[in-house]
Amino acid sequence: MTSGMLNVEALLDKMSAELKALISQRQIEDPLMIGIRTGGVWLAERLHHQLGLQSPLGVMDITFYRDDFTQVGLNPRVQPTKLPCDTEGRHILLVDDVIMSGRTIRAALNEIFDYGRPASVSLITLLDLQRRQLPIQADVVGGTLALGPDQQVKLTGPEPLSLEISQRT
Amino acid sequence: MFEPIDANQIQLNSQGQLKHFLTTEGLSRELLTEILDTADSFLDVGERQVKKLPLLRGTTVANLFFENSTRTLSTFELAAKRLSADVLNLNISTSSTTKGESLRDTLMTLHAMHADMFVVRHSDSGAAHYIAQHVTPDVAVINAGDGRHAHPTQAMLDMLTIRRHKGDFSKLTCAIVGDILHSRVARSQIHALRTLGVAEVRVIGPQTLLPRHIEALGVMVYTDMNEGLKDVDVVMMLRLQKERMNSALLPSESEFYKLYGLTEEKLAIAKPDAVVLHPGPINRGVEIESSVADGPRSLILDQVTNGLAVRMAVMSMAVSGQMQEKQNNGENA
Repeated sequence: MTSGMLNVEALLDKMSAELKALISQRQIEDPLMIGIRTGGVWLAERLHHQLGLQSPLGVMDITFYRDDFTQVGLNPRVQPTKLPCDTEGRHILLVDDVIMSGRTIRAALNEIFDYGRPASVSLITLLDLQRRQLPIQADVVGGTLALGPDQQVKLTGPEPLSLEISQRT
Repeated sequence: MFEPIDANQIQLNSQGQLKHFLTTEGLSRELLTEILDTADSFLDVGERQVKKLPLLRGTTVANLFFENSTRTLSTFELAAKRLSADVLNLNISTSSTTKGESLRDTLMTLHAMHADMFVVRHSDSGAAHYIAQHVTPDVAVINAGDGRHAHPTQAMLDMLTIRRHKGDFSKLTCAIVGDILHSRVARSQIHALRTLGVAEVRVIGPQTLLPRHIEALGVMVYTDMNEGLKDVDVVMMLRLQKERMNSALLPSESEFYKLYGLTEEKLAIAKPDAVVLHPGPINRGVEIESSVADGPRSLILDQVTNGLAVRMAVMSMAVSGQMQEKQNNGENA
């Protein structure tokens, strides 16, 4: 992947088009979009606006559902998950900035199911780092990126949104 | 009795994180604030349809209550269950056997059951410290009240209740009223309020129920409610500990109520927007008038809800602190 492909705006336009196609192909009506804090929320706000979705945006903090809390500790500033409505029977569009191991998405799915039984969940991510540890795949991906073992990528925002690759310290 | 010890040597791990929660005394403002922030995020979970979180899944919590307390026991039990832990409730009477021996036996039994956390309630001051020093490594101990010494989760749920209703601690005058002498709650409250930077902490009670040298804790001492309640933002009532009192300290309950009971009339002396806290269970007509306890300025039921969140917070923080300590020791070994 060249540095030019890390243009977030271009990736967002591509994702927006693909997501629109996905929604019509799956005949989803009035989907409920949920962004995962923090980067996922920024992206979800943009996609929600671009697609003109009716249901207000949901925000999710998955800290309490992480499988590594005993290793990394609790973040005391866990912000509450705020879903604007019931998830029961809804088609959910789950948005995150980066998918790597798949563990964040596993935690998010568990949390979503604590609110009810959704009709479906589709996953939208800006980047796929392809180091999956769980059988979880995104439905819409902005781009894939192969990072070196000592590299990491970070989305900064919300305005402007940009991606930075840096050496892990 | 138990030896006095510096609690922070026991209750914090090498990175300064909580691994036991024994007392509010000596903890930093940063750490107390972390407890309150974590509890705040747990409060939201109580509003959900599914109120359980998976944080302590697979963890076994043993509630060791050497002293009866239905209320505290049930909130600790519910807090542990909300975090998906398995819970064991043990009511142990201290009177039947000699203390040191039975305590050790109990600990060994629980060790054999692989319990990960002990929530301890004991009528002897220092009991939770003693247990924290003698449990196997990796077991977290939470003090649910020890003798006259400390009741840190009660104090922290009061702090959470105050913060949620009044915001900034630095502008507040808080008065603790009643039987200060026998109250572990008062002691823990004073340490927490002082550390969180409350402008003024007052204690109000009859001379016989005020510990000597209480001023040394940085509080203003009043024996008259009419003076003590003036300009107060938060009135923190204590329960009259009838079971702990020998009669010489107090003429009669009705006399106490007349002088120190919180009536509508006395509450009117405090600021117009002053709020009222009480750790419960309430002795109506002994420390507090029914209409005050049930009135719009009473936060007594909020305290119960907040207590659940505070207990969830310290339980998950202590488990996390223990695990990180274990990892560090593993790396250094």
